[in-house]
Amino acid sequence: MMEFMEGSHAVAHSVKHCRPEVIAAYPITPQTHIVEALAEMVANCQLDAEYITVESEFSALSACLGASAAGSRVYSATTSQGLALMFEVCFNCAGMRMPVVMSIVNRAMGAPLSIWNDQQDSISLRDSGWLQFYAEDNQEAADLHYLAYKVAEDRNVLLPAFVCFDGFILSHTYEPVDMLTQEQADSYLPRYTPVQRLDSADPISFGLFASPDYYMEFRYQIDQAVKGAAKKIASAGREFGEMFGRDYSDLVESYRLDDADCAIVAMGSICGTVKDAIDEMRKDGKKVGLLRLRSFRPFPEKEVRSALAGVNRVAVLDKNVSLGTKGAVALEVRDALYGQQVPVLDYIIALGGRDVRKKDIRAVVDMAGQGKGDLFYGLRQELVS
Amino acid sequence: MISLRELRIHGRGGQGSVTAAELIAVAAFAGGVYAQAFPAFGVERRGAPVQAFVRFDNQKVRLRSQVYEPDYIIVQDSTLIRDVNVFQGLKKGGIVIVNTEKALTYPIPEGVKVITIDATSVALKHLGLPITNTTLMGAFAAASGEIAFPALEGAIRQRFPGELAEKNVAAAREAFEFVKGVS
Repeated sequence: MMEFMEGSHAVAHSVKHCRPEVIAAYPITPQTHIVEALAEMVANCQLDAEYITVESEFSALSACLGASAAGSRVYSATTSQGLALMFEVCFNCAGMRMPVVMSIVNRAMGAPLSIWNDQQDSISLRDSGWLQFYAEDNQEAADLHYLAYKVAEDRNVLLPAFVCFDGFILSHTYEPVDMLTQEQADSYLPRYTPVQRLDSADPISFGLFASPDYYMEFRYQIDQAVKGAAKKIASAGREFGEMFGRDYSDLVESYRLDDADCAIVAMGSICGTVKDAIDEMRKDGKKVGLLRLRSFRPFPEKEVRSALAGVNRVAVLDKNVSLGTKGAVALEVRDALYGQQVPVLDYIIALGGRDVRKKDIRAVVDMAGQGKGDLFYGLRQELVS
Repeated sequence: MISLRELRIHGRGGQGSVTAAELIAVAAFAGGVYAQAFPAFGVERRGAPVQAFVRFDNQKVRLRSQVYEPDYIIVQDSTLIRDVNVFQGLKKGGIVIVNTEKALTYPIPEGVKVITIDATSVALKHLGLPITNTTLMGAFAAASGEIAFPALEGAIRQRFPGELAEKNVAAAREAFEFVKGVS
């Protein structure tokens, strides 16, 4: 049913429908509304879950890790510095193959302190073994949580997953969202049956010491699982589409790319503004299209290569920067296109909440046309020269 | 064909600008319009200038930037006009609703319609508090035609409990009728 609600609340309701058995989280702007709503649902007996209040994000994810090892479906949410504080536990969740699902309400990293949006936080965990999905709007932010559990808990995947959506720009925006009912959610996502779990009657251990004779094989298997998750995303995404009309089987979305000269590549809410800008540029006869990455881990290498096969230039919008080199998305898109002649130009954009308008997208496309890229877009020159 | 319409609300922290944006959008959605409401994301402090935005469209709104060229502007506190260029970007033929008990002495851009209403007095009369958001929502419904009054009433009742809802509806209705009378 179409409901008009805040992004955070849409996500909280989706999470409730997923029936997590343990939730542990620490409030941090702009994620707070989600965990407040969930705490209220638990307190009001609308959600039968153990809500563990903790003193830090490190403990929040540690509690989730332990509860997941004990065989529970678990949930957390965080952002920015909170995610940074979870860094160690993130690697442990992936290494112990715990299907933890966590919402990342994307926010810039300090210092300087910024509560505003970019995607530096989750991007900085790109090497941790977590799946990473990026939502364009609140519908997707809500839906991707069902998909995330379904994929993460699959016995051929068994990996934790981030559902990333832009802080404030989505989390604090009210818009229509088609919410599933609990019955619909249950029919899509059955109760969690762990493959292995901690059980005093049948003791096993997770996360033990691995000597040089064993460590690399563990890492190899995690890598294989991340890559292999694409297959499960395809089937689980298709099933979601068949049941509810919104298909998430593709790791990417192409928008007016078929005859495009210039392709923009981006992730998250900026893609809505990009689509509107593309429609305007198309009216002016400019052949521009968008390739939106919905999944960053697994990275859709093949899809990027095939979607961008016909274009003359690629402009990547990176809401992050790997300081000292380029934006993470551009680096990986360039890698996917290795050996092809098409120039891939990177634009570091919208860091720390700087607003992006349609005219900025047009300016990027013009710059790409002149071969000008690999730069921070829209810098205030008087502050940096 | 351009179907997108945009509203920018200027207020001070504590005046309920974000709630106003939300409830206007709820009312528009109830009327079958696609609406999007969001605040200018700042560090909210009581008294500091704040903004909130609403987009209305007949189709899904994808645009995520802030509102720079609004069709409608609501100014909850006329003292803001000294500090903030509240009229910035207003479209020709646009409508501005200002809460003030005096005639505006500030230069008004050409080709726009300005409606002044003493929303503070209306709010004080009905709520006993100078919180003007619901009053100005009534004025907006009448001036813009974007939302029907019953839908606005519904949004207010859904948000506030019992008697508080009735007081807010009464304030909104007085403003709605006042603006219907002057425009």
